[in-house]
Amino acid sequence: MNSQLTLSSGKRAHIMRSILKNKWLYLMIFPGLLYILIYKYIPMYGLIISFQNYKSYHGILGSEWVGFEHFERLFGSPDFWMIFSNTIILFALQLLIFFPIPIILALMLNELRSEKYKRTVQTLIYLPHFMSWVIVVSLSFVIFTVDGGIFNSLLEVLGFEKINFLLKEEWFRPMYILQVIWREAGWGTIIFLAAIASVDPQLYEAAKMDGAGRIRQMLNITLPAIKSVIVVLLILKIGDVLELGFEHVYLLLNSTNRQVAEIFDTYVYVTGIHQGQLSYSTAVGFFKGFVGLVLVIGANWLAKKYGEDGIY
Amino acid sequence: MVGDKAWGGRIFNGVNMVLLGIIGLVTVLPFIHVFGSSFATAGEIASKKFLLIPTEFTLDAYRYIFSTSTLTRSMLVSIGVTAFGTIWSMLISVLTAYGLSRKDLMGRNWIMFLFVFTMLFNGGMIPTFLAVKETGLLNSYLALIIPVSINVFNMIILKTFFQGLPDALEESAKIDGCNDFGILFRIIIPCSLPAIATISLFYAVTYWNTYMHAILYLSDAAKWPAQVLLRQIIVLASGLSYDNAVYTDVPPPSQAVKMAVIVVATVPVLLVYPFLQKHFAKGALLGSVKA
Repeated sequence: MNSQLTLSSGKRAHIMRSILKNKWLYLMIFPGLLYILIYKYIPMYGLIISFQNYKSYHGILGSEWVGFEHFERLFGSPDFWMIFSNTIILFALQLLIFFPIPIILALMLNELRSEKYKRTVQTLIYLPHFMSWVIVVSLSFVIFTVDGGIFNSLLEVLGFEKINFLLKEEWFRPMYILQVIWREAGWGTIIFLAAIASVDPQLYEAAKMDGAGRIRQMLNITLPAIKSVIVVLLILKIGDVLELGFEHVYLLLNSTNRQVAEIFDTYVYVTGIHQGQLSYSTAVGFFKGFVGLVLVIGANWLAKKYGEDGIY
Repeated sequence: MVGDKAWGGRIFNGVNMVLLGIIGLVTVLPFIHVFGSSFATAGEIASKKFLLIPTEFTLDAYRYIFSTSTLTRSMLVSIGVTAFGTIWSMLISVLTAYGLSRKDLMGRNWIMFLFVFTMLFNGGMIPTFLAVKETGLLNSYLALIIPVSINVFNMIILKTFFQGLPDALEESAKIDGCNDFGILFRIIIPCSLPAIATISLFYAVTYWNTYMHAILYLSDAAKWPAQVLLRQIIVLASGLSYDNAVYTDVPPPSQAVKMAVIVVATVPVLLVYPFLQKHFAKGALLGSVKA
C-alpha cells in the first residue's frame, strides 16, 4: 500500500495540478454530472429491484431477494407473447414502411430546381415534428371519428360505409404508422439531404457525359453516396426496436384494441404505476432495455462486418 | 436525341414538383381543417360539408373554453414550465457542454462516455419514478423539469458548436485575466447565439409538449399542463381509453370546442416555428453527425 502511494505520488501531484488548473471547468460540469448520476445512473442501480420483492419502506437494501422470479413470471405470462409480437410488428412497420420514406422524400427534394419551392415544401413537411403526440393523436381523433369527423363525412358523401377507425382493432396499426409518417417523415429528410449535399458534383458531370438521365444519376450516384448514412440511421433505428414511444402508443390504446396495441412500455406503466407491482414492471423494463442494447451492438457489428463505419 | 432528353427531364421535373406539392399540402391540411372548424357554428359542422374555411364565423368555442378556469390554468402551468424549464436546461446544458468542449480537461472522454451511455441504456420508467419520488419531486412542477434537465443530444450539439470556435478567442480572454466562467459568459455565449437560440427552442418545444412526465409524476389534476388537459378533453371524453371510468362525469364537448382546444395547444409552437426554422436544420445536423 505504502510503496504504491509513494510510487505514484509524482503522478498524483501532476493530476492534482491539472485538476486545480481547470477547477472552474470541473465546477461547470458538476451540476450536469450530478443530474445524470441521480436521474440516470441511480435508476440503473435501481434495476436490481427486479430481483427483489421491493417494498418502499424497506428500501432497496432491505427488500427480500427473489432471484429471477419476476422474469419467469413475465416469460410464463400469456401477455408476454402478445406484448412481444405487438412490439415486433410495430417495429417492423417502422422499419419497412416508415424508414425508406424520408430517403425517397430527400431524393425527390434534391431534384427540385427551384430553391424557393424546395424551402416552401420543407417548411411544410418539417412542421408536424414539433407537435406533441397528444396533438397528433387529437388531430386524428377529430378527423377520423364517426360522429362528425371529416373523413367519415367524406366517405358518406362518396357513398361508402362509415368506418370506426379509432375503435376497430384492425385499424390500430395503419393509424399508428400513418401518424408516425405524418409527424416524422419530413423531419427525417434533413440528415439525408445533408448527406446528398456533400456528394462531389463532378460525379454527376461524369455520369451526364456517359448519358445517364436523372433517374439513373439518382440510383447510381446519389443513393450509393449516402449509403453509409443510411446504414448508421438503420443501426440507430434498430436500437430503438423496443423504444416505440410510450406516449404515442399509450394515447392510442383503449380496451378494444389492447390485443394489438399493448407494448412493453405501456405494460410497464400499467403494471407498475397503476397496479403498483414495482418489481415485476421493473423486470419487464429491464428485459426490454437489455434486448435493445444487444440489438444496437449486434446491428453495429453487422454493419462493420459488411464494411460500413458503424456508430462506434 | 437531345430534344428527347430535355423533354424527359421536363416531365420528371413536373411530376416531382406536383407530387411534393401534394405531400406538402396534405401535411398541413389537418391544421387548416382544425383551425377553420374551430371558428365554425355547430350547425355548419353538423351539416357535414367538406370544411376548411367556415362560411359563418363564430368565437363561441373559444368563449366557452376560456369561460372555465381549467384551460386558462393549465395554459399558465405550461407557460411557466416552458419558461423556467428552458432557462434551467439551457444553463446546465451550456455549462456542461462548454466544460466538455475544452480539450485540456483531464478525464473528459470518460465523463463524455457517462453521458453518451445514458442514450443507449437507462433504468426505465419505474426506477426513474422511484428516483423522482426519493428526491421529493412527486406532485411538484419541478418534477417536469429537474428529471429532464439535460437532453444529451442537445448538449452534444452545443459541445460540437463550442469546439468549432477558434481557440484564439479563449486565449486572448485568458491573457486579459478572465477565468473560465468569464470566458464562457463574456466571449463564448455571445459568439454562439445561433446555436443557443436553436437549442433553446428545441427545449422550449419539448417542455411545451410534455405529457408523459405529467401523467407519471403529477397526480393532482389542478397542476396538469395543457397537453394533459387536451387529452382529457378529446380522447377521454370520447370514451376511448383505458382509464375512462374516472372522467365520465364530463359531458363530451362539441366538435368545435375540441378543435378550439387543439388550436390553443398548437398555436404557441406555430408562433415560434418561423424563428426555429431558420436554424434547426444546421443544429440537428451537427448533432446527428456526432451521435
